Amino acid sequence: MNTIISKDILSPSIKRYVIKNSKIAAKAEAGQFIILRVHEKGERIPLTIADYDREKGTVAIVFQEVGNTTQKLGEMEVGDKILDFVGPLGVPTTLPQGDNIVCIGGGMGIAPIYPEVKSLYNKGVKVTGVLGARTKDILFFSNEMDKICDKLYIVTDDGSQGRKGFVTDVLRDIIKNDNKIDGVIAVGPLPMMKAVCDITKVHNIPTIVSLNSLMVDGTGMCGGCRVTIGDEVKFACIDGPSFDGLKVDFDEQMRRLKMYKEEEEKVLGCKCGGEC
Amino acid sequence: MPYQDPKKRIKNFDEVSLGYDKDLAIKEAKRCLQCKKPSCVKGCPVGIDIPSFIKEISNDNYKGALEKLKEKNLLPAICGRVCPQEDQCEKLCIVGKKNEPIAIGRLERFVADNQKMTSKLKPGLEGEKVAVVGSGPAGLACASELLQRGYRVTIFEALHKPGGVLMYGIPEFRLPKDVVEQEINQLVDMGVELQTNMVIGQTITLLELLEKGYKAVFIGSGAGLPFFLNIPGENLNGVYSANEFLTRANLMKAYLYPKWETPLRVGKKVVVVGAGNVAMDSARTAMRLGAKEVSIVYRRSEAEMPARKEEIFHAKEEGIEMNLLTNPISIEGDAEGWVNKIRCINMELGDPDESGRRRPKPVKGSEFTIEVDTVIMAIGQGANPVIPRSTKNLNLNDKGNIEVDSETGQTSIEGVFAGGDVVTGAATVIQAMGAGKQCAESIDKYIKNN
Repeated sequence: MNTIISKDILSPSIKRYVIKNSKIAAKAEAGQFIILRVHEKGERIPLTIADYDREKGTVAIVFQEVGNTTQKLGEMEVGDKILDFVGPLGVPTTLPQGDNIVCIGGGMGIAPIYPEVKSLYNKGVKVTGVLGARTKDILFFSNEMDKICDKLYIVTDDGSQGRKGFVTDVLRDIIKNDNKIDGVIAVGPLPMMKAVCDITKVHNIPTIVSLNSLMVDGTGMCGGCRVTIGDEVKFACIDGPSFDGLKVDFDEQMRRLKMYKEEEEKVLGCKCGGEC
Repeated sequence: MPYQDPKKRIKNFDEVSLGYDKDLAIKEAKRCLQCKKPSCVKGCPVGIDIPSFIKEISNDNYKGALEKLKEKNLLPAICGRVCPQEDQCEKLCIVGKKNEPIAIGRLERFVADNQKMTSKLKPGLEGEKVAVVGSGPAGLACASELLQRGYRVTIFEALHKPGGVLMYGIPEFRLPKDVVEQEINQLVDMGVELQTNMVIGQTITLLELLEKGYKAVFIGSGAGLPFFLNIPGENLNGVYSANEFLTRANLMKAYLYPKWETPLRVGKKVVVVGAGNVAMDSARTAMRLGAKEVSIVYRRSEAEMPARKEEIFHAKEEGIEMNLLTNPISIEGDAEGWVNKIRCINMELGDPDESGRRRPKPVKGSEFTIEVDTVIMAIGQGANPVIPRSTKNLNLNDKGNIEVDSETGQTSIEGVFAGGDVVTGAATVIQAMGAGKQCAESIDKYIKNN
């Protein structure tokens, strides 16, 4: 249980692990997450399930080494066991209805968007994929996504791969050129999801986003992952992590994610807040 | 009982009460009148033969005392520390009518701490399989009783450590974690199987457990859903639920950060809303984590505070201020979204409400603000919804708690029993243990009849 079966280095700081855990693999659905702990004194951190294989009893995670825990996780090798690996947690994403769905993955958000696109593909839905990253070195899964997307657009901030610009530039063009978009799924950094929702709101396109809130237990107990959806306060761990993007209070989430920035910086000894 | 000096103890997480030594314990035990019809036993939810165990102490026979305790309670080191004895056994003690009641809880703790338990019980490897969901007080009590009755018991725990609220909720200075671990390890030595990191309702559903051959299931998943006041500003940075605050501090040992990697940000000025044991634990933890001013904000008066008297006393000794008859109306923050003020209103007590306590009413025009940089909401918890929502036909009451037959503890699903906070809403450790034990008896009957 919890043995690392394979380790792919997607970029110097982004890694993909396939982990043996047949119980989680048997239940996992797109949009759910796991919580892991790498050693006795470690933190519990949530990571979205990036793929699962029920037959092989495996679950995949993709992570970027930005904090203490992800750095230690990144040092592990094939054959090592992850101390605690809990899940699947959260509720599966309710995929948008319709034949014309746009799936946008930004940065690390490409990992969680993958099983959702796969689910849609398996249902015969035509998906337009949009992958965005700062630069080509940290862009991953483009080949995998190309196989299951009807059309795939790639965009980088610096133009090192695909179009130069942001995922929102592509989204605007798709909306302009396509007849009708039935729904959008967008997963990525909060500012990106917010920018996407600002556009889809204008066109009244149902939009689903996934929130990577701070959490401890992941079962509704700590209340640390609270998020305002319309007029209601919800817990991302048991009510989400997928929510109606048009109702999410993104500003509040961006603030809440900075809660432990200072503490993390002290430990990591840098001032970037996980951006470098 | 000897205590750690308040000035010293607010700088450490070591246990506050130091416990009796042998002389003190024997002296206290000898005060017991050994009543023929002891009232104290009626006040014990698990029915410990209190006079007998006390008698063994006065006879200098601690092993015998532990045997007596163990007949009804396999977790005496925990119960001796965290039971509200003053409202249970000690409240009914005859000596207490004129003098101080016998310190039953302290004696229980003394026995548990000074006499290692030996696992005399035979592991129930032959019996039917029973699943226990949750390893808090209710689940542990149910498991230990089932074990004694010869069943094969598996406990499923969602977190990485067993113990539930004993591990994540109650601070080290009130209930050392090695004490909890030791008592749980004894159950494991006796044959209980423990599966951590298993979220029933997510990893495996309740009904799948029944399909896997467990003849009965006990749900003791507790009150793991924190309440908030639903006032403006509750999502500002620096506003915690007591559950989050205490879990970071206790289970994840944030007080040892960065050696232990879970951070916990505590400001200089802390307000804890609520006045139960959880509120006292949060306030006292905040003090130990470096806060300069910690106060309790509570809408009723001291007489209605739900916390144990001893905890309130200790909190005051440690410098926790009590803002009574005060109710928060909103929380305010700075430009970056960090909490900096809590706006409150004075309250006065009116006629009694459905709880029998006088209903607090706001005093018009009495609003004022307290400057804060951390707010901890300790106003209670509801039943955790993960199991109910993943289990069809499991009936709940209007508060979201699991409905059970009051005599047997059986839920609306045959073979599925429930007890503790998930049924009653947040209550005490020993009440949950009493319910777990009672359900074990019902499970025994149920399996024998089916």
